[in-house]
Amino acid sequence: MAEHSSNHPLKPLTQWVNLQQPLSFDDYCQAGGYQGSKVALQYSPNEVLEIVKNSGLKGRGGAGFPTGMKWSFVPMFTDGDEEVLDNKYLVANADEMEPGTFKDRFLLEGVPHQLVEAIIIAAYTIGANKAYIFLRGEYYLAAKRLQDAIDQAYQNNWLGEKIQGSSYSMDLYIHCSAGRYICGEETALINALEGKRAIPRAKPPFPQVSGLFGKPTIVNNVETLCNLPHILKNGIAWFQAISPNSDAGSKIYSACGRVKNPGLWELPMGPTLGEVLYDYAGGMQDGLKFRGLLPGGASTDFLVAEHLDTKMDFDSIAKVGSRLGTGGLIVLDDKNCPVAMVLNLMRFFAQESCGWCTPCRDGTPWAVEVLTRIEHGQGKIKDLETLAKLCDFMWIGKTHCALAPGAVEPLRSALKYFHDDFLQHIEHGCCHYNPSMTAKRTKVSQAQLTQSEAEQVISANSTQASYSPQSPKAGQ
Amino acid sequence: MEKINTTVIDYQHYLTAPEIAAIEHEASIMETREAAGIEALKVVQAHRGWISDESLFAISDLLSVPIAQLEGVATFYNLIYRQPVGQYVIHLCDSIACHLTGADSVFVAIKQYLNIDYGQTTTDGKFTLLSNACLGGCDKAPVMMIGIEHYQHLSPESAVDILQQLAAKGEVNG
Repeated sequence: MAEHSSNHPLKPLTQWVNLQQPLSFDDYCQAGGYQGSKVALQYSPNEVLEIVKNSGLKGRGGAGFPTGMKWSFVPMFTDGDEEVLDNKYLVANADEMEPGTFKDRFLLEGVPHQLVEAIIIAAYTIGANKAYIFLRGEYYLAAKRLQDAIDQAYQNNWLGEKIQGSSYSMDLYIHCSAGRYICGEETALINALEGKRAIPRAKPPFPQVSGLFGKPTIVNNVETLCNLPHILKNGIAWFQAISPNSDAGSKIYSACGRVKNPGLWELPMGPTLGEVLYDYAGGMQDGLKFRGLLPGGASTDFLVAEHLDTKMDFDSIAKVGSRLGTGGLIVLDDKNCPVAMVLNLMRFFAQESCGWCTPCRDGTPWAVEVLTRIEHGQGKIKDLETLAKLCDFMWIGKTHCALAPGAVEPLRSALKYFHDDFLQHIEHGCCHYNPSMTAKRTKVSQAQLTQSEAEQVISANSTQASYSPQSPKAGQ
Repeated sequence: MEKINTTVIDYQHYLTAPEIAAIEHEASIMETREAAGIEALKVVQAHRGWISDESLFAISDLLSVPIAQLEGVATFYNLIYRQPVGQYVIHLCDSIACHLTGADSVFVAIKQYLNIDYGQTTTDGKFTLLSNACLGGCDKAPVMMIGIEHYQHLSPESAVDILQQLAAKGEVNG
């Protein structure tokens, strides 16, 4: 667990993290904080925009969209008109609810001033005089520490009227949500901030043009924003030199599941999956073997052993059929059932679907129903076709937002990589990972069991009247 | 024409001064009064434990938000309770990292100890058990949240220990 802070220059995001007692304003300044924002205020907003554009910074919230380009869609004022009050908003997306993702929490609780400084830079660049931190309701500690940091920033004129003697004024508020995954989608987040039911909006218009209260709005992920002070302070060349790969900068990678050393690590963009899994997470716990992993949170495709040499940057992961997402590995071992894992993920998506569009509202619970049947040994071969069809019904272009396609990703890849497990559940009428279940049918895939296992299965079932070695195969 | 009876709750007679002050503060930092809706629900819930119909009507009156819209917001969120809950609401994470590391066995232990299932409250009104989407403690799974506390690295035994301590604490404080 990388809870200790380090002054390694290649770990800009986490170098000042202290989870026990985050740096106060004075200590943060002494360590080198509020220097990036100082530099930013010396430039014009358009100059800062050019710096961020040229840095190659991409969004760390999952989609990987170039941050500077996103900002450039906001109608900008001409240089020299900075004092004109413009109704624009900057929102930090701290609604971290992607299962298997806990990187933003680390930054929020560990170094809250860094986010405040980052928001000042971003809001100044797009000309927003009001900014919100949209924080998930469960992060109580983060809320307290952020509020302390904001109060200190106000006391030291880094927020409020005429920041540091410049003509720029900005107010920053925290909005604590009340727990709903879809609020992480930027247009749903905007609806939530407006006090409406948090349903994603149709795009266009994009929030950059018409967002919060109908005004130009930029929504950026916490980790994305936290890069800004360091880019401004140290320059583009420094930022790009951090990573030898195609994507610039560093990224917080993490791993969870039954690995030896679950946690998170800030690394130059693009370590291989295997490096994160074995060198940092320590590999699997004793007695367990690696089966597969989701590379970037719950809504990414499974990758398996053959992919472990893949670099964890946006392009490389996409090339092997998944997404970098949030960079948080969720690791599946050989004693956990892949079907049960997908069922758990799908339950999450079904529960968190906002219910607006039919493919998602009805498709995700339908997939849960089918997966539950299979996991409980009551599946039919035809169910696999149904699941494949659902993957199609809920794919990109057929739904209102990205939630349902995100739910499809682990399912469709599990059907591909763990096909034998699905088949065994159906053919044997049980889950072999569940010790309380025994096979009701043994016919087709008997070859996959060892002789002794097969005998155990038969003897365990011999008391059941319904058992017959010749019982018909499921789905026929 | 037959008159339809509707319930009107005057916020001034229903909400307390501290509740109104807290809600008004939130409304003051947003551009519209309706934007304070979710915070208003949280304020009233913090004082009263849950959001009754009457509370909903009163907030609607205070913020001039249609009741239906406010109900749509209230029922949307996992942390707004539209039913009475116990003194301690247990949010047990059932998302993937906790699932892979044994949340099911923690659930079974809690269920047996309290003799309630998800969505239920103990007969003494002390505990309500709810599942929760990922709590962001995946490297310290399994986890649960009670009040504002997050409990990590749970085992069936440690989870029951925590509940026992809370139950004992509740008795002392009345």
